[in-house]
Amino acid sequence: MSIYYTAAVIILVFVVIFQIAKASEYVSILKGEDKSRKQTNKINGFLMIAFMVLGLIGVWYCHHILQGRILGESASVEGERVDEMMYITTVVTGIVFLITQVLLFWFSYKYQERENQKVLFLPHNNTIEIVWTVIPAIVLSVLVVIGLRNWFVFTGDAPKNSQVVEITGKQFGWIYRYAGKDNEFGKKYFRNIDPSNNSLGLIWADNASLNLKADPSAQDDIVTEQAMYIVKGRPVKLIINSRDVIHDVGLVHFRMKMDAVPGIPTTLWFTPKFTTAEMKEKTGNPDFQYEISCDQICGNGHYSMKGLIQVVTQEEYDAWMAKQKPYYYAAFPDKDPSSVPVVDSVSKSTASISSQAAAGGSQGKMK
Amino acid sequence: MSNEQIVQSKGQVAQGIGHTDHHVHEGGHHHHHESFISKYIFSMDHKMIAKQFLLTGIIWAVIGGLMSVLFRLQLAYPDQSFPILETFLGKWAKGGHITPEAYYALVTTHGTVLVFFVLTAGLSGTFANFLIPLQVGARDMASPFLNMLSYWFFFSAAMVMLCSIFVETGPFSGGWTAYPPLSALGSASPGSKTGMDLWLVSMALFVVSSLLGGLNYIATILNMRTKGMSMTRLPLTIWALFFTAVLGVLSFPVLLSGFILLIFDRNFGTSFYLSDIYVNGVGALPNEGGSAILYQHLFWFLGHPEVYIIILPAMGIVSEVMSINSRKPVFGYMAMVGSLFAIAILAFLVWAHHMFVSGLNPFLGSFFVLLTLLIAVPSAIKVFNWLTTLWRGNIRFTPAMLYSIGFVSMFISGGLTGVFLGNSALDIHLHDTYFIIAHFHIVMGVAGMFGMFTGIYHWFPKMYGRHLNNTLGYIHFWVTFVGAYLIFWPMHYEGLAGMPRRYYDFSNWESFKMFEGVNIFITIVATVVFAAQLLFLFNFFYSMFKGRKNTSQNPWGATTLEWTTPVEPMHGNWPGEIPEVYRWAYDYGRDGKEFIQQTTPVGADESTNH
Repeated sequence: MSIYYTAAVIILVFVVIFQIAKASEYVSILKGEDKSRKQTNKINGFLMIAFMVLGLIGVWYCHHILQGRILGESASVEGERVDEMMYITTVVTGIVFLITQVLLFWFSYKYQERENQKVLFLPHNNTIEIVWTVIPAIVLSVLVVIGLRNWFVFTGDAPKNSQVVEITGKQFGWIYRYAGKDNEFGKKYFRNIDPSNNSLGLIWADNASLNLKADPSAQDDIVTEQAMYIVKGRPVKLIINSRDVIHDVGLVHFRMKMDAVPGIPTTLWFTPKFTTAEMKEKTGNPDFQYEISCDQICGNGHYSMKGLIQVVTQEEYDAWMAKQKPYYYAAFPDKDPSSVPVVDSVSKSTASISSQAAAGGSQGKMK
Repeated sequence: MSNEQIVQSKGQVAQGIGHTDHHVHEGGHHHHHESFISKYIFSMDHKMIAKQFLLTGIIWAVIGGLMSVLFRLQLAYPDQSFPILETFLGKWAKGGHITPEAYYALVTTHGTVLVFFVLTAGLSGTFANFLIPLQVGARDMASPFLNMLSYWFFFSAAMVMLCSIFVETGPFSGGWTAYPPLSALGSASPGSKTGMDLWLVSMALFVVSSLLGGLNYIATILNMRTKGMSMTRLPLTIWALFFTAVLGVLSFPVLLSGFILLIFDRNFGTSFYLSDIYVNGVGALPNEGGSAILYQHLFWFLGHPEVYIIILPAMGIVSEVMSINSRKPVFGYMAMVGSLFAIAILAFLVWAHHMFVSGLNPFLGSFFVLLTLLIAVPSAIKVFNWLTTLWRGNIRFTPAMLYSIGFVSMFISGGLTGVFLGNSALDIHLHDTYFIIAHFHIVMGVAGMFGMFTGIYHWFPKMYGRHLNNTLGYIHFWVTFVGAYLIFWPMHYEGLAGMPRRYYDFSNWESFKMFEGVNIFITIVATVVFAAQLLFLFNFFYSMFKGRKNTSQNPWGATTLEWTTPVEPMHGNWPGEIPEVYRWAYDYGRDGKEFIQQTTPVGADESTNH
């Protein structure tokens, strides 16, 4: 019922506005066009300056209530550069915004139609036109220089000691892969994908029909869909893939982003500054998580395509890594030496090598 | 009408056999023999075609606007149920909740329709058709027949798009940019099934329409200017529409080629855009060797010029209206033309700034940063020139003038955020967030609409021989202007926080859910602003038939040629000979005279511009 009442009220409001509008037209005809034009001109001139004043107060008020909700300190070392650049650009554009908007509304108010107001016939003025061409050009050049210096840092090679993690997007989730103890990502092929036990299509065995040769380095790769573990203070390089459509690895807290394109691997690197636990404290939010948001529309589940990053200390990372089993053994438990009841010395030594490799970091390389 | 025919009809006038009713002599086009169909439907009169574009544009603006209200409802109240939605939308709003399928379809259709049907066809289609022959002094377009075809191709594009909304699997739902593989694979999204085929057909028809229109506009401006109308005497509206048409003619074919490859990938098993794809529940696809990025290059090679196709006509209209109502020549005419030219050239050299995070070569990206930020220079020149046009003028706040001032304000606000986004290092963080939504809605959407409103309020008396109601115009302007800022300003903050665009629901995201209140606020304002547009609609249709009659040949005191035609110009525009032009279009306040029309010969003791 309330819907009908609302509709009735809205229609009533409209009818009232129309009646006022019509009446004002008749009045203006009675008064004479000139006189009524002067009157509306005055009202609109006043509204111009009122809009400017209230608008600027609104800008301040909006900033006042929303500034706490935008991101705090960058959680990556590189992100600090983004924040700094954002600050500089905001100041520069803010000054231009203020000057031009104030002039726009001030001129509108000041030069509203008045009797005996002399119009200045001013078709052009070369000097001033050159001045306001050159100044923006210089300011923008400065911004371009700052921007490109950062751009080449962000998109340049990752530092040598980077940890490498592969992240693959699919409808609608993320798959993370670590190179395992040999520090080498094994080969994969999309036709080899088996949703039940080989989500990336790693080439574990020869496949004559697909003309594939088994890649031994694929056998120790660690694959998980739970969360990506990375180490505080150590640069991490992501190798980004997609299994189906275009996705995007969006890392708001690290100020980084890169598309995941099927068939074309992309990369991104950054250095996390705070562990997840530290961020919980910093933000005062016990539920804080480093979330990976998919930032490129990828289908109807796009909005739910969330990934998680756990930034941990080196010790925590080593402990986590020691618990991870190669994906190959998850797919073929019978091949897993640790599942054999009798623990022999060989498998013990493999396990210790594996944990050493994890502790020393996995400088992986893409094949 | 071709040039020869015009020469012929001019000759007849000169020989004294011209008659008011016989101004158009060729091929049975007698003024008083026009049937309903040839006058209102398959019309070849540029003014009628302009009105057809305008009306179709308005209808799509209402549809597209309503869609935005619907998806804003979902964003503001993701948990609430609105049973009335189920009544109207059926399975697309099961239980009163808009489904994700419906949400993405609404977002996609809203974008496509507003960009192409409203702000391209509705804006430049309307005003290029209406103003070019009237302001350059021609009886009609170079080819009235192609002009008519242009509208009917647009109409069929619109019809196909309308049909796509009603197919069972829904309209296309992969975003207006239609990136493959999502748009290429029906198995990846139900919207990419029949809905996408219809979307592509519709867009292909639309490209044909805008090419036919664009060629006509260029030919008319270059060849059919009246005696004395040199290029430097053209009003800025015509210059803007000229560059718009050139942009369209050079870039739309590239879009069409991109779409054709997409049609091949979808239906004929080619792999232009597809490689290494495994779709859940379907398995590995046979395609290998294609590049999904190729599509993005082809798309944005139109897609970026497209935003200038939208904004240039608005700039031209605003320059013209601002000068008329400031009673002062537009400042820096040649700089205005030069900056339009610079924008048109640069428009072709910046497309990859939409692709900074697509894995583009960073070295290549750096060129696009430089060229993109370069566009800010001609844009800044235009803003300063508009400000100086107002300075020491004698401003009349007609509704059209208010909209043109609003346009400049919006263009400044949206243009400045472009400086953030064009700088690739910042774009990494802001890409595909609400910051970009705020940016392009302000600088292209709202500013483009304001340009359109400026044009409608200003030329309505010429179109329909009646005036719009001013009071409704003022209310419409102030609600829309304030509302647009209230809607889009807070979105910048959401974007700075990294909130991604095209999300159906944010409530499960620890990083983004703090903007719940802001989203509700934006939705409420958006609904009010939409309601205010109904005021405009009523004003428009009511005034068309019942508005105050325009009795003056030149109600705004303007200098340009369209105000030398009869109050309601007939097919052919001028009853007698086409007037000759002696001066530029901006003699306002010269030598103490309020305005001097272009048709007034230059006195012996007068100085001139151009």
